[in-house]
Amino acid sequence: MKSTLLTVLLGGLLMAGGARATDADHIRASHAWIRVLPGALPAGAYVTLENHGDQPVALRGASSTVYAEVMLHQSSRAGGVSRMTAVDTLTVPAHGKAELAPAGYHLMLMQPRTPVKPGDRVILTLQFADGSTLATDFLARPANALDAGDDQGMPAMDHGSMPHSHDH
Amino acid sequence: MKPRPWLRPALVVMLLAAGLVLGGCFRGEPLPFRLTNISGHMPDLDFNLTDDNGKAVTGADYRGKVVLLYFGYTHCPDVCPLTLAQLHVVLQRLGPLADDARILFVSVDPARDTPAIMHAYVNAFDKRAVGLVGEARRVEALSKRYRSAFTREPGDADGNYEVSHSSAIYLFDRQGRARVLATPSASQDDLVHDLHLLLNTGAKS
Repeated sequence: MKSTLLTVLLGGLLMAGGARATDADHIRASHAWIRVLPGALPAGAYVTLENHGDQPVALRGASSTVYAEVMLHQSSRAGGVSRMTAVDTLTVPAHGKAELAPAGYHLMLMQPRTPVKPGDRVILTLQFADGSTLATDFLARPANALDAGDDQGMPAMDHGSMPHSHDH
Repeated sequence: MKPRPWLRPALVVMLLAAGLVLGGCFRGEPLPFRLTNISGHMPDLDFNLTDDNGKAVTGADYRGKVVLLYFGYTHCPDVCPLTLAQLHVVLQRLGPLADDARILFVSVDPARDTPAIMHAYVNAFDKRAVGLVGEARRVEALSKRYRSAFTREPGDADGNYEVSHSSAIYLFDRQGRARVLATPSASQDDLVHDLHLLLNTGAKS
C-alpha cells in the first residue's frame, strides 16, 4: 500500500516535471558571436535561436559576468535613417527560428569589465519569458567580421535574407 | 508620307535619352554607374573638420582620392560597424586599386567621439578609413550639404543615448565631385563596380 502510494507520487512528480519543461529546454542556439569594438565601446552580439517546442518562446534578454549591462535591441532603417531601439522580447516561433543578426535584432553589450579580444569566448546567459536561462558560448570576432565565421552546427539550408559574405 | 505609328514614341525616347546624356555631361564624363547616379545633383566635397590624428582637414585634402563618405558614431554597435565592415570587404575586393580610396567616417556624436576614439575605431575596420570629428555646427553643415540628417535620441538615467542618422554612403570622384549614392543594403558587387569606374577615372593626386 505504502509502495503503491510512493509509486503514484513519484509518477505524479515525474509527469509534472515533464509537463514543466522550460522555454530554454526547447531552444537550440547556434552561430553565436560578438563583434568586438575597441576600448570600452558597446559591442553587438548575434545568435540564431531554434525552437523545437510546440509553443512560441520569448527571449527577454541576456546577462553576462563580463559585461555590466546587456540590452535586447533592434536596428531599423526607415526613410534613409538608421535607428536603434530597445525591445522587450523577441519571439521564437514554435518549430521555427529567430535570428539575431547585423542590422536587425542584437544584444547590445555594455561596459566590459575585462577587455574582450577577437578569439575570446564569452558566456552570455540568455533569459526567456518563463524565467529559464540558457548559458551560451559566444565567439568574439574582429570589428570588421560580417558573420560568425564558422560552419559549426550549420544546418545545410541555413541562409536567411542576410547576405552571408566572408571576410577572408 | 504617313508617319509610322512607332516613330513618335521612338522619337520621344531618343530625345529623352539625349537629354539624359546632356544632363550627365555636367563637368565630368558620364559613367555607367549601377547605383544611384547623383552627378551634378549634389555639391562637391567640402568641410572643415579634424581627422583621427588630430589634424585639421578640409575636403580639398582628399582631392585625388576616391572618397566614400558615411555618417555614424562609435557608440553604435550594430549598423555602423556592419556598414564599415562591408565597405572594408568592398575595398579588399578592389585590390591595390583601392589604395586611392578613402572611407571618411564622420561622427554625428561630437559629445563622445574624440580623435583618439575615432582612430582606434576606424582602424579596426580598414587602414584606408579616416575618422572625422568636429564641432556640432560643422558636422551639421556637412550633413545638410548632402541633405543628410541626424538626431540625438533621449538618453537613459546613466547618460547613455543613441543617435539616429542617415544611412547613405556618398561616393566622390578624384575631383571631389559627388557621383554616386549608395544605401547600406546596396550589393557589394554594385559598389565594387561603381568604385572601379571612379578609381579608373580622373587624375591621381
